[in-house]
Amino acid sequence: MIARESRRRFLRETGALVAFFSLPCPRAQSQGASKALPGSLKGSPYLDAWIRIDREGKVTLFTGKAELGQGIKTALLQLAAEELAVPLERIELVTADTALTPNEGYTSGSRSMQDSGTAIRHAAAQVRALLVAQAAQRLGVSAESLSVSMGSIHALDGRTLQYGELVAGQVLHVQAEERSAFVEPGKRVIAGKSLRRVDIPAKVAGGVAYVHDLRFPGMVHARIVRPPSASATLVALDASEVERMPTVLKVVRDGRFIGVIAEREYECIRAARSLAARAKWEESASLPPRAHLYDALLRLPAEDHVIAESAAASPAGGKQVRAEYRRPYQMHAAIGPSCAVAELKDGKYTVWTHSQGVYPLRDALAELLAVPKEAVRCIHAEGSGCYGHNGADDVAADAALLARSLPGRPVRVQWMREDEHAWEPFGAAMVSRANAVLDASGTVAQFEYEVWSNTHSTRPGKAGNLLAGLHVAKSFEPPAPRPIPQPEGGGDRNAIPLYAFPGVRVVHRFIPQMPLRVSALRGLGAYMNVFSLESFMDELTLAAGADPVEYRLRHLRDARGREVIRLAAEKFGWSTWQRRPRAGRGFAFARYKNLAGYLALAMEVEVGRDTGAVQISRVVAAADSGEIVNPDGLRNQIEGGIVQSASWTLSEEVAFDDTRITSRDWAAYPILRFPAVPRSIEVHLVDRPGQPFLGTGEVAQGPTAACIANALADATGMRVRELPFSPPRLRRLFAAG
Amino acid sequence: MPARALLAISFAALLWNCALPVSRNLEERQPPAKSAFDPALVRRGAELAAVGDCAGCHTRQGSAPFAGGVPLRTPFGTIYGTNITPEPETGLGRWTQADFDRAMREGLAPDGRHLYPAFPYPYFRHLTDEDLRALYAFVMTRDPVRSPPPRNDLAFPFNIRPLVAGWNQLYLGKDDVPRDAAKGTEWNRGAYLVHGLGHCGACHSPRTALGAEKRGEALSGGEAEDWYAPALNRASPSPLAWTKEDLVTYLRTGIAEHHAIAAGPMQTVIAQLSGASEADLAAIAGYIVSMMDGAGARPLGAMPEAPQDERTAMGRRIYEETCASCHDSGRTLSSGGALQLPLAVALHDPDPRSLIHLILEGVQPPPGEPGRSMPGYAGALTKEQVVALLAYLRTLAAEAPPWKDLDPAVERAGAGR
Amino acid sequence: MITLKVNGREVSVDADPATPLLYVLRDHLKLNGAKFGCGLGQCGACTVMLDSEAVFSCVVPVSAVGKRAVKTVEGLGTPENPGPLQQAFIEEQAAQCGYCIAGMIMRAQALLERSPSPTEDDIRAALAPNLCRCGTHMRILRAVKRASDKGSA
Repeated sequence: MIARESRRRFLRETGALVAFFSLPCPRAQSQGASKALPGSLKGSPYLDAWIRIDREGKVTLFTGKAELGQGIKTALLQLAAEELAVPLERIELVTADTALTPNEGYTSGSRSMQDSGTAIRHAAAQVRALLVAQAAQRLGVSAESLSVSMGSIHALDGRTLQYGELVAGQVLHVQAEERSAFVEPGKRVIAGKSLRRVDIPAKVAGGVAYVHDLRFPGMVHARIVRPPSASATLVALDASEVERMPTVLKVVRDGRFIGVIAEREYECIRAARSLAARAKWEESASLPPRAHLYDALLRLPAEDHVIAESAAASPAGGKQVRAEYRRPYQMHAAIGPSCAVAELKDGKYTVWTHSQGVYPLRDALAELLAVPKEAVRCIHAEGSGCYGHNGADDVAADAALLARSLPGRPVRVQWMREDEHAWEPFGAAMVSRANAVLDASGTVAQFEYEVWSNTHSTRPGKAGNLLAGLHVAKSFEPPAPRPIPQPEGGGDRNAIPLYAFPGVRVVHRFIPQMPLRVSALRGLGAYMNVFSLESFMDELTLAAGADPVEYRLRHLRDARGREVIRLAAEKFGWSTWQRRPRAGRGFAFARYKNLAGYLALAMEVEVGRDTGAVQISRVVAAADSGEIVNPDGLRNQIEGGIVQSASWTLSEEVAFDDTRITSRDWAAYPILRFPAVPRSIEVHLVDRPGQPFLGTGEVAQGPTAACIANALADATGMRVRELPFSPPRLRRLFAAG
Repeated sequence: MPARALLAISFAALLWNCALPVSRNLEERQPPAKSAFDPALVRRGAELAAVGDCAGCHTRQGSAPFAGGVPLRTPFGTIYGTNITPEPETGLGRWTQADFDRAMREGLAPDGRHLYPAFPYPYFRHLTDEDLRALYAFVMTRDPVRSPPPRNDLAFPFNIRPLVAGWNQLYLGKDDVPRDAAKGTEWNRGAYLVHGLGHCGACHSPRTALGAEKRGEALSGGEAEDWYAPALNRASPSPLAWTKEDLVTYLRTGIAEHHAIAAGPMQTVIAQLSGASEADLAAIAGYIVSMMDGAGARPLGAMPEAPQDERTAMGRRIYEETCASCHDSGRTLSSGGALQLPLAVALHDPDPRSLIHLILEGVQPPPGEPGRSMPGYAGALTKEQVVALLAYLRTLAAEAPPWKDLDPAVERAGAGR
Repeated sequence: MITLKVNGREVSVDADPATPLLYVLRDHLKLNGAKFGCGLGQCGACTVMLDSEAVFSCVVPVSAVGKRAVKTVEGLGTPENPGPLQQAFIEEQAAQCGYCIAGMIMRAQALLERSPSPTEDDIRAALAPNLCRCGTHMRILRAVKRASDKGSA
């Protein structure tokens, strides 16, 4: 609560830029990068880049990561409070802000706990040790004889020193060490507990919780009039009538970028509609044919990357199994359309944004606005959940461009629903092919896998990554798309099976050309690859006449993976499950990116062959994410991932004709509603105290899709390899027999 | 769920209940194996079941397909759709093809019981042997579900099944499927589907007090669950004449840009029709358009400069402030945009029931499927505001007389929500 | 000037009559609870109560409100002093990004006022107009159930 209050004050006070740009802030800079340091300490090795304590003992914690609704603020506060021995409420947390916090790149890839959590835990433990050493010196006693609690250090003789009394000078401006002495797992009282999230009270009661809620003196509203399709060119725009509207402050036109600014929000929307009706566009049929999308993708030039190869002798006469899987374009589809506030004052820009990467966004905006990086400050404020690279950065660019035309007034831009649905960068459409040869016992002898995909990141860094950068008259070239290298991978994320197959060949066929603009969507290629691999494992299980759980264990050496598989199967009651009419059960497993969190899922579904409806009746999950900082937060993430992936899997695909995106609202892009969400979800956690944090945010996306596919096949005998399993598609498939 | 408009039973023929043949050895039979049916025949059956909208009465939303339980609210009480899955105890598992044919054509269960004519055997009796074989193959290869149907809740004397025999005697004519060799195969197929399997008249034809289709008034407008089911003949209320292409698109997708977006009972019919064959849909559309015979092409209304009365003026304000942002011309912001209102068929209906339901309940696509949507305004607008809006919208149907008694109509629709 | 009763207080706003209630609440009255989600009545992020009914404030023109009482999530409690349903959401930690939550709470509030002990299916059906993208559904269902079991709505 205090953190929230301070944050509000902070946002209010930093409405004015001046103070911050005049501050020398070496703390926030990356210097002396040292590879051996843990987590994000590598890039920001000074302790006071992370933790500052003032003379009154007030603790301020800095992270370059952003709250996306995943509960990262609470988890980081827990780590700091534990190691610093300070009550959590007494710590103020400052998140991603280019003027204040370390540069931790993007808040993405389920890496916040590894990167920032690790850094903060070490920094906090080392700050405590420094303060204890200071106190020992001051009191003339040994450090070992001192105890620490509630932000104070106590000697055996009763003398006490407050942290605030010990921080004079630059005591915390020292480089971090590689190792830290943490509070022992058995003695932890804050980390590892299901503390309530600090951000939730404001969210349930109408507090200032989002960038959408920011209101600054003199703030005005703006809307963008986008082209009707990506390649449309503006033929004519008659803005005169709109410009004469008394409520309109300004119409901005720069190439295909059209914005309108008004004092009041609804007046602005009406003006934008008027303006849209007065814009004439020329469109061309430049989109691939939806009915033959996958053929069109496969025909595009691809760069082949062999990402795994090991030879093994092929068994004579071994049974061969092949399959092809498909995934359409899918949306992030935030409930709240993207929003940003920008202000140009005294030649400097401040941009409040729900971008996942304030530093890369700052760089891109500086290029777009043709100003030095120092003239742009990006401050993260929460948005509606993004699940990857959505319109957040683009709307920040919109706001900054419009703020340029109206200096001194903070300009708030929120996208309309159709802007978000039509213009966010989608999750890429993909095709995969798997091929395996089984030996006489049904065990996999050879395994081949190919995956075709566009890039999975066109995140900013460059102005050409911003929609406005593509639309302004002097447009910016989008940087050439590149695959994200292994071991994390992009389109090939989780393409290499974790199972111990004797012969393996995995090829990533990277398609540079993007028929539709795409970027990172939660899990990236892992959603498709785990869907493919784990569906295929069940196809192999069937060919081998084996049990899905036994078959996975037979091929898996990874002990932690084996444990979550066993746990999910046991809690689900896999071996005692009774078959019921129309019902089926499925199993799936993955370790996200083959290096982050483990997740095994068992699920029961009921299928109406004639309605095409799949109702998930029960899901049992078992997860290992290393050491757990907040068990309930972890469960919340996994439950949410399961439901969201179920929605992608059961109903979602971007619709388009040869020219335009046609799924521009929730009616045309349905997502799961309450009556259809699973009847129950249980999440069982394996805690690994002392082990590194493994990311969790994206672990459920792939396994859920495969688990549904496997349960659907079990219930009906029908293997569905093309996503989504929407009622119309299933009805067609079942009707065709 | 669409209530097939009810066909009811007759008092007049209490004594007519004659001895009925009973299918033998019912208890001893086992359901035929799925493999006993030719997959091509099953697929054809699926297409026909889509035309017949079997699911409309036999599949409850969110429940097992064809396991019954859909309540059909009729003026005579509530009848529940039966379980038609091939489950032996509670479904049709023990039925032979002959049993199936007899039920479809004569409305008799294998044990000799009369089925209520809410089950549209008065239409199905026209089905060819070939189509019945396909439908039987389809039904008998569904997933069996053990689910006894809820008990019907009919008022006396409608709860006495043998009375149905009398009703049959009174109302089952010889043959009401038009045939005209000169009009070609497709037209005749269309007539057969519209008046037979498709049982369009169950909703789109007017009924007698006992729920039978009025003779000689087939497809001249009826009702379903308190919605007006527009006339499909020359009395079609559409201000623009339907083309066959528009009607095929409507039957396939529920969307006809210049006429209507399917809602209410028709929405579930459309959801099924998406599984029908192209040829059957074209035949249905072609036949109906020929029945309409160019009806439409009426002048569209424009709001008079000075509204006649305060209520209409209020309705106009509500339209402009609430509806116009989507329905006014040129708005294409959401996917596909909204109907431009003077064209919407519901404004031109002889009574306001469908428009009231549309305003109060809106339009939502079936769960998990893309479609068009409009929010419902029940609760958002007061009853008085809805009445004023209706009065105004009706003025857009220039040639039509104002609707009467809007207040009680809105009250009734709101209460049934 | 249009006069409204919002969360028990009479307020006057200078707005075009066609302005959707949502913008009057957010822009004129500076209330944060009701959120813009779609402007089409499809997602429920803007849900508020008009008398006893949950409505999409994004499609109700302010002129249509009349004398009916408008209640937003701010009318149920504050972050420091949450009302019973809000407290249930906190106890169940029923939020991730939370953008949909204020709307969820208002729709659930309307349900609990007319039906204090709903079944899970009742709650699912009542909340169907409101979308959540983070997948917090299971927790939202538990929170509404928790508030109803107490009979505190």
